[in-house]
Amino acid sequence: MIATIIQRAVMQGTPLLFGSTGEILTEKSGHLNLGIPGIMYVGAISGVAGAFLYEHGVGANMNPFLAVLIPLLCSLLASTLMGLIYCFLTVTLRANQNVTGLALTTFGIGIGNFFGGSLIKLVDMDVPSISLSATSTIFKTQLPFADKLGWFGTIFLSHGFLVYVAIIVALISSYVLNKTRTGLHLRAVGESPETADAVGINVTKYKYLSTCIGSAIAGLGGLYYVMDYANGVWSNNGFGDRGWLSIALVIFSIWRPSVSILGSILFGFLYVIPTYIPDITVSTKKLFEMLPYIVTILVLVITSIRDKKENQPPAALGLHYFREER
Amino acid sequence: MGKLNNCMIKAFCNPPVHIAKRDTLVWWKAWGIRTISVLLALVVCGIITIALTGINPINLYVTMFEGAVGTPRLVWNLLQNTAILLCVSLAVTPAFKMRFWNIGAEGQILIGGLATAVCMIFLGGKIPSALLILISFVASIVAGAIWGVFPAYFKTRFNSNETLFTLMMNYIAIQLVAYFTLEWSVPKGSGTPRTLEYGQLPMLFSQKYLINILIVVLLTVIMYIYLKYSKHGYEISVVGESENTAKYIGINVKEVVLRTMLISGAICGIAGFLLVAGTDHSLKSDTSGGRGFTAIMVSWLAKFNPIFMVLTSLLIVFLEKGASKISEVYRLNSSFSDIITGIIIFFIIGAEFFVNYAIKISKKEKEANV
Amino acid sequence: MKQNIALELKNITKTFGSVVANKNVSLQVRKGEILSILGENGSGKTTLMNMVSGIYYPDSGQMLIDGQEVSISSPKDAFRYKIGMIHQHFKLVDVFSAAENIILGVEEEKKFDMPQYIERIKEITDQYGFELDPYKKIYEMSVSEKQTVEIIKVLFRGADILILDEPTAVLTPQETTKLFKVLRNMRESGKAIIIITHKLHEVLSLSDNVAVLRKGEYIGTVKTSETNETELTEMMVGKKISLNIERSMPKNTCDRLVVDKISCINREGVKLLDNVSFHVRAGEILGVAGIAGSGQRELLEAIAGLQHLTAGRITYIDPKTNQEEDLRDKTPLEIRQMGVRLAFVPEDRLGMGLVGNMDIVDNMMLRSYKKGKSVFLQRKTPKTLAEEVIERLEVATPSVNTPVRRLSGGNVQKILVGREIASAPTVLMAAYPARGLDINSSYTIYNLLNEQKEQGVAVIFVGEDLDVLIELCDRILVIGSGKIAGIVDGRNITKEEIGLLMTKSSEENGEKEVAEDGKTE
Repeated sequence: MIATIIQRAVMQGTPLLFGSTGEILTEKSGHLNLGIPGIMYVGAISGVAGAFLYEHGVGANMNPFLAVLIPLLCSLLASTLMGLIYCFLTVTLRANQNVTGLALTTFGIGIGNFFGGSLIKLVDMDVPSISLSATSTIFKTQLPFADKLGWFGTIFLSHGFLVYVAIIVALISSYVLNKTRTGLHLRAVGESPETADAVGINVTKYKYLSTCIGSAIAGLGGLYYVMDYANGVWSNNGFGDRGWLSIALVIFSIWRPSVSILGSILFGFLYVIPTYIPDITVSTKKLFEMLPYIVTILVLVITSIRDKKENQPPAALGLHYFREER
Repeated sequence: MGKLNNCMIKAFCNPPVHIAKRDTLVWWKAWGIRTISVLLALVVCGIITIALTGINPINLYVTMFEGAVGTPRLVWNLLQNTAILLCVSLAVTPAFKMRFWNIGAEGQILIGGLATAVCMIFLGGKIPSALLILISFVASIVAGAIWGVFPAYFKTRFNSNETLFTLMMNYIAIQLVAYFTLEWSVPKGSGTPRTLEYGQLPMLFSQKYLINILIVVLLTVIMYIYLKYSKHGYEISVVGESENTAKYIGINVKEVVLRTMLISGAICGIAGFLLVAGTDHSLKSDTSGGRGFTAIMVSWLAKFNPIFMVLTSLLIVFLEKGASKISEVYRLNSSFSDIITGIIIFFIIGAEFFVNYAIKISKKEKEANV
Repeated sequence: MKQNIALELKNITKTFGSVVANKNVSLQVRKGEILSILGENGSGKTTLMNMVSGIYYPDSGQMLIDGQEVSISSPKDAFRYKIGMIHQHFKLVDVFSAAENIILGVEEEKKFDMPQYIERIKEITDQYGFELDPYKKIYEMSVSEKQTVEIIKVLFRGADILILDEPTAVLTPQETTKLFKVLRNMRESGKAIIIITHKLHEVLSLSDNVAVLRKGEYIGTVKTSETNETELTEMMVGKKISLNIERSMPKNTCDRLVVDKISCINREGVKLLDNVSFHVRAGEILGVAGIAGSGQRELLEAIAGLQHLTAGRITYIDPKTNQEEDLRDKTPLEIRQMGVRLAFVPEDRLGMGLVGNMDIVDNMMLRSYKKGKSVFLQRKTPKTLAEEVIERLEVATPSVNTPVRRLSGGNVQKILVGREIASAPTVLMAAYPARGLDINSSYTIYNLLNEQKEQGVAVIFVGEDLDVLIELCDRILVIGSGKIAGIVDGRNITKEEIGLLMTKSSEENGEKEVAEDGKTE
């Protein structure tokens, strides 16, 4: 049973891991992107749309490779576009980051539900959802010997490929941020853009790149949720507040993608644990869902009390950078 | 030779287009830019709608208008929604003016609503209605204020990031309300929220929402006066503009931050009260309906001026109502309005750049205003 | 001989609007040489060097590197010509280690290899004798360590011409000695080094040649071995110019403020004020002279209740009751509530004294808005005051409702001084009140200070123009590195004498002067 709980926790945590890795990359460049929840919706629905068209286009003769590739590319492209909108407004037009981010979330959730709703109408089903079970099955393909290895298989091998992608992306992000020149420059941009500018780093380029790549990664979280976690069933607002939880996870993991991996499993664990408590009421479950946020606030408060410089948000987070006229 | 070389290098390193902060733009020019941006946004939305649905854009905007103000009932609805959104916008404004990013309005509204519901449920029928309304009003204010001052305390004491803190507080409030909604639902656990019969705001001149609207109008005037003519409002401006100056003249910055967040949270609490006691007569976790976030845009677009906020909140509610009518008439999904609202806000946000900055083309010294 | 010249400037001129920052400046620096650029505050030293490092672009003139004419229009260009400048304000990322800051922005073909970079940094530190832990985070560092990082950052990029802007301003004497040793090592290895300074003893002990600037003009270059302090001071301050500021004899003077042995430190633990004692008398202008950043700001802020003191007392003597009040560690509000009428014109006008985005009326009531029991603001009095100030001080403004940000520097200052004087102060402190102002506005300000003095106000005037200090002030307090270098009579002192006090190492004579000051009291 413990193995199953952990397995469920990982599944719950994976969208959050994608979201928080993407948001960390963005925040490291000094941009607080509150559009992440919207971006994740868009990442999900564009994947659904791609898969829908492919599944309905070719019918039964699905090529498993294309069935994965098409939704994946649609999702990456759409999320990157969302990131571009955010960048253009906040970096080029210097709009307020919070306002832009919140508008992007409204917009993104709107897109998700609108197209989701429209697709639902297209298939004319009684239930308000779209089911892409064929595509989902491919997304959920697990390693062949997972079943045979008992608890080990359940915990480590029973997942669809996107779970491993999430962990690898987080590890790569962690490596890039801490061990490469690009990462060093990116962190410098988020900490002190004027210093970065003075040594010849192209601040605008780094902001655009990190935000767009971050958005693309976050979008995958939405894709994973629909295709794997929800078995290919899209229902409006089904994704819930996972986008905000991702932002909470960023704070919880104090801006470290590698910590985020464990953090996402912990958040997932807090999410699934009430299911395993006997005699729990639906309402009490809601109280459990509060836990990740409370834990996050505690982390936020503790890190600010300890005031260790390394554990603070990037120093220039939320501020514009604008080289003064000479 | 050297001179020519200089010129070339100079042109290369300082690109011909450069951006400079403007001094204040004449008000009509600034509003001209904003109007153009809204019109542009409507054109873009029109194009998108045609692309998605193939509907004639003229019909579309007529439908939109009808949907927003077509019948008296719709007008009342529009005014009611504007009032609530305006109320929340008024709440977040003093905090933003102080450069304190309170994005926790959503939670503060819900907690205010929760306090109201508690009063309505536990005191309902036991005390006179007028007294009940008064008690729930006060309770909502206190609850909202507590929810607002909490992050402010940690900001002033330990410099915790208030944007992230207030954001997290929203979801705690949402889950808390979700819990109670389920607990109180009839039958218990079903999720159908209980209708709160006692302590509803009365009708005025047989108009259900008039009292809500009047309360918000009053609040608007009070907030305008508070920000512009009171000593507190003055202190908020000084702290927001320059903390250094505030210290120089002996303003206790921490005290101002705490006090202002108390007010901000309290007004959000009132919004929660108006929603629960004055509008829905029930409490759900989506009672505030994202207004806490929309209000941030409303307040920001109005440059933190309560009078302009009447216009910006009306604009946003108008768009929402209009767009949902479109989706109803043309059998589109109701989220269509979110897309339209999003696009229009992007344009308005983008337009601010042209209000605040001048793009100069170095060589010809041309000015491009949009 | 000619090939040996690393950098040569010919007839460089730079203007900002109508202000001429540099006029026809020509100078040269050789490889293996330390050149000092000497000049008072505002003489154009930093502007000149900013042109060399690509921050500004000259209006006219030529720059030659290794005999070749070059155009430097960005810091990147400067790097390319192997010029590195160490600014007074360090640009470092706080949470990064020294090594990370040093390699920041260096684009190389080679793989990113931290250990190898650290190896290279160690080579540089060993070669020149720096002391630096490459793993240490910037936020844990002292000012001197941060400076070391900045210098190595420049060397790491292969700079052959190093420019240091006031490198010793923030250092302790011991740290200065260490820095000089390193600079001499760099000279030995053939680097061309330029240091911007106004400390004479440093010039004499370190440099090979001295170029002197005065008010944007190039005065000349002399060999250090062939000159002395007196000659340099004369070149630097020039002949006395008569300004004809009226100065009345102080009447009915009495002590208003007694500052007794105050000290304070900054966050890094460096002493900004060190055992400072003096008296401020009513009906008198006390001038404060000193090199920028010698503790003038802290001194005024300490009195105004904005600076936490580590030692000492500040006593205020009430003019009516003769009662003594202790001002130490009181907030500005508490000071005002005690009935002490202190006016303070800070150096940072728009960042501290005024709110740029507010209009003139609202700025007028910054001090007085709390008056009265009403919760509402009372704009009538401040409006009248604004109109009065505008009329009396001839402020050029479209209306009283114009945001002060949109006024010119002189008008901004008139608003600020006008407001401070309007509160009928007993003590008036003004930091560089005439900085950046045209001649007429400057005289308006001087006259206002004189007027206040005649009304029995105790005036403290922090200035940078020695001519003005000598003509305006009754007594002049000279401050150097947070210590009092001397308190002299404004009527019987020459510019050279003050210049010498300002620039002399505070270590050698700080004690003595304080003792002398004690005698005069």
